[in-house]
Amino acid sequence: MSASAVHSLWTTAADPISKIGAPKIEYGQLSPTLIVVGAAVVGVLIEAVVPRKARYYAQLFVSVVALVAAFAAVVALAAGGYATTKSGIAAMGAIAVDGPALFLQGTILLAGLVGLFTFAERRLDPAAHGNRVDSFAAQAASVPGSDGEKAAVKAGFTTTEVFPLLLFAVAGMLIFPAANDLLTLFIALEVFSLPLYLMCALARRKRLMSQEAAVKYFLLGAFASAFTLFGIALLYGYAGSVSYATIAQVVDGTVPDVNPALADTMGNDALLLIGAAMIVMGLLFKVGAVPFHMWTPDVYQGAPTPVTGFMAAATKVAAFGALLRILYVVLPGLRWDWRPVMWGVAIVTMLGGAIVAITQTDIKRLLAYSSIAHAGFILAGVIAATPSGVSSVLFYLGAYSFVTIGAFAVVTLVRDAGGEATHLSKWAGLGRRSPLVAAVFAVFLLAFAGIPLTSGFAGKFAVFKAAAEGGAGPLVVVGVVSSAIAAFFYIRVIVLMFFSEPKPEGTTNPRSPPPPPPPQKRRRPAPPPGKAGPPPL
Amino acid sequence: MSFPLLTATAVLPAIGAIATAAVPAAQRTVAKWLALLFSLGTLALAITLLVRFDPDGDRYQLTESHAWIADFGVRYELGVDGIAVALIALTALLIPFIVLAGWHDADPLETGSTRWRPTQGFFALILAVEAMVIISFEATDVFLFYIFFEAMLIPMYFLIGGFGDRAHEHGEKVASTQRSYAAVKFLLYNLVGGLIMLAAVIGLYVVAGNFSLTEIAEARASGELDMATNTERWLFLGFFFAFAVKAPLWPLHTWLPNAMQEATAPVAVLITAVVDKVGTFAMLRFCLQLFPEASKWATPAILVLALISIVYGALLAVGQRDMKRLIAYASISHFGFIIMGIFAMTSQGQSGATLYMVNHGISTAALMLVAGFLISRRGSRLIADYGGVQKVAPVLAGTFLIGGLATLSLPGLAPFVSEFLVLVGTFTRYPVIGIIATFGIVLAALYTLVLYQRTMTGPVKPEVSAMPDLRVRELVVVAPLVALLIFLGVYPKPVTDIVNPAVKQTMSDVQKKDPQPEVEAAK
Repeated sequence: MSASAVHSLWTTAADPISKIGAPKIEYGQLSPTLIVVGAAVVGVLIEAVVPRKARYYAQLFVSVVALVAAFAAVVALAAGGYATTKSGIAAMGAIAVDGPALFLQGTILLAGLVGLFTFAERRLDPAAHGNRVDSFAAQAASVPGSDGEKAAVKAGFTTTEVFPLLLFAVAGMLIFPAANDLLTLFIALEVFSLPLYLMCALARRKRLMSQEAAVKYFLLGAFASAFTLFGIALLYGYAGSVSYATIAQVVDGTVPDVNPALADTMGNDALLLIGAAMIVMGLLFKVGAVPFHMWTPDVYQGAPTPVTGFMAAATKVAAFGALLRILYVVLPGLRWDWRPVMWGVAIVTMLGGAIVAITQTDIKRLLAYSSIAHAGFILAGVIAATPSGVSSVLFYLGAYSFVTIGAFAVVTLVRDAGGEATHLSKWAGLGRRSPLVAAVFAVFLLAFAGIPLTSGFAGKFAVFKAAAEGGAGPLVVVGVVSSAIAAFFYIRVIVLMFFSEPKPEGTTNPRSPPPPPPPQKRRRPAPPPGKAGPPPL
Repeated sequence: MSFPLLTATAVLPAIGAIATAAVPAAQRTVAKWLALLFSLGTLALAITLLVRFDPDGDRYQLTESHAWIADFGVRYELGVDGIAVALIALTALLIPFIVLAGWHDADPLETGSTRWRPTQGFFALILAVEAMVIISFEATDVFLFYIFFEAMLIPMYFLIGGFGDRAHEHGEKVASTQRSYAAVKFLLYNLVGGLIMLAAVIGLYVVAGNFSLTEIAEARASGELDMATNTERWLFLGFFFAFAVKAPLWPLHTWLPNAMQEATAPVAVLITAVVDKVGTFAMLRFCLQLFPEASKWATPAILVLALISIVYGALLAVGQRDMKRLIAYASISHFGFIIMGIFAMTSQGQSGATLYMVNHGISTAALMLVAGFLISRRGSRLIADYGGVQKVAPVLAGTFLIGGLATLSLPGLAPFVSEFLVLVGTFTRYPVIGIIATFGIVLAALYTLVLYQRTMTGPVKPEVSAMPDLRVRELVVVAPLVALLIFLGVYPKPVTDIVNPAVKQTMSDVQKKDPQPEVEAAK
């Protein structure tokens, strides 16, 4: 057999396969996501092959480089016109590369980077047996309180797996707002949800509470995912496609070619309405809107604070991005149906979050309810269904995510002998003990409250303006009223920090911000003989 | 491009605030002098502004306009009319006195106390408030105004909540609770007012498409911009509510007595003489110009509320046992007069109201600061703890008397002119309201003179017997204020000349003419 015959045989045999066609992948346009996913895989390999002592630095290095590179890629894409003129779809229509997607990806990457630094912080917790530790459990698999856990702590284990988990979550979040068909949407949802469930369970202190939070989050989250998936199935039945564009065309009645196999169910409004409602429900769960908010306070409180901060900021950005795309791209034709429902959701979310937050005594729960109220404000912008609605929501998300991460980062700094002091009574008189920490937190609170001269005000103004222009005047009034209610509890914390006398037991171990020297006294009592290697930093 | 005088006047105290805050903790005295220096510099700029302002020129002068947030239709637009110039001058004038009067208010307490009193912060916050107040007097863009109208609450809040009188009759723990209560009450009242205004601001944008006061007012006057009657009324109410809380007008006044009682005397002056003026000023500038029809529609109700403020404030002042609370209620009564003058819709009324804002600032500052000096000597705010002070500290008693007499509008002192104008202006259109309001003056005489009689005359109380008279620093604060009270009482022309043209313009905005005297009309 000659070489050419072999060749022809080969090509003949391969012919039927080539009819399917290799998918065209625009690597350049997808580079932000690909970089992060690649780095996450490298992170997993690091866990497998790099010695334990070096893992922390290796992971940190890879993660920082990946996030910075991905952010640079986003900036390059935006500068290259993909945000404006060249915007379009990539990966065979699965991913949209346009202005909102790039903006949200940039925000998520920056939030991820800041979140990464809070993950990596090892100077706050007192050293365990001479090893500097972070907020994460020594060994996730060890039972809380067991000998195994004690041994893991004594051996100085740390859960460096959080870094690849963070990267996987970020990767999912990057795809989520850019997803341009329902299956990609669902996969992205799972890709970023699963690492979050895991990370919630990894707190070093109060491990049972942390695991409880993770179980709650996982069960409710799985439930919401199931809703979304069922909704996707129904919408596929309705439109015969999972592509956003095709579904929108079917909704509008302008679909060019009807698949004969699906002609029977196609255009069945029951499928459309129920399916759309279920998908939106899943997304509202992720943003924490009332009545799908029940998980928020427990999870925010139980999760390790760095995870809470990252989750509160980045999940909200990603989920609102996806919600915007679903409502504005897939379902604009259904506007008259979803707007009244979203009105109701926005109103109960704003009022519910703000009112319940007043009674909270734990700072993390308080911030959780505040995040619910903010979800309501953002929904007011979503409801506008105008271009200014999109831009206002994007602006709000950008402003809000950094304030949130910052606020939770401050929460990690306020400590007493038992770790983070999240009960509000411990915050009394903080302004006197650590004026800088208190001042920074006060600025974040004022931004949450939307006081002018902060980003919170600009964001709030933008969404309310968009809502008013979109004809949702009463929503603005409700929003303003709940802002006033919300202002009350933000101010309560400021009063507590600056104008209240510190409680004697709250002052046992006042921690200053990082710059002051590390607390020598606390490290001294536990000199681990033999194991006292030089501290890692 | 000419020198941006308006921006400079607002930015200088802001720079001062930052510079003062940046002074190291040990250099307390440096911070104080720096604050004084910056406030004097601002005063110099304000005087330049007074000189450069031409009362007979354009309506808005020294205007500055720059693009700012194009997406929101927001521009950085500044401009002053006579009313704004007068109030900027008042603000810039009072701040150095406030700084001087509060020279020792934020010193750390004796060793052993855990109270946290950052001196630098106190003076930086005062300058920050000054900067925000000045820019809100200058802003001709509704959004720009709103930002600073709201933002000034935050430094004010820390001033009230963070710094109280040195001594308190119930000890430090109660004092700090009451202080933070007063601060939170102040903030919540004003924040709610401001947020309701925010809804109205957004509503205005939806209706008008931009935030420029001049453009909207012009479009309204020429009929280009037509607002539905109900829309206009709702928007008016949204704006007016915020200003009425700030002013404060009965029944939204209850934060003021708490705040003034708990704050130190200089901060109380800052609240009532400076910050509250933004409320009444904004009624003139924004309510009347943007919503002339709705303003006319609401006039009867507002006049009645103002009247209640006058009488109710004065009555409650009579019954107070706490000196600072008494002055607070007196201020509520006076704000009633100012609002009545504005909404009487006569040029005497509005000129009188503007003049009243200036005079009330000076007279309250004089009375309150002297009262503060008195309180710091004895360590009590209760009137009953004093007696016979005039025998021990005659200069203090004398200046207190002049401040008090100015508050009751004695002829020959500045407030008389303005109160008279307001009453005349109201009387020509609403005689009954004018007559009832006059009783406010009688009550003012009662509360002021009783206050003076109980504290200054009579037998010398033993606790008071060793009381020192005014020190040089305190004299420097009080003497110019007293001199101004007398000067403007005899010769108010410099202020009225600046104010009157602006008032005429505002009157023409609401298309109201002064009522003709009866005799002429009968001819």
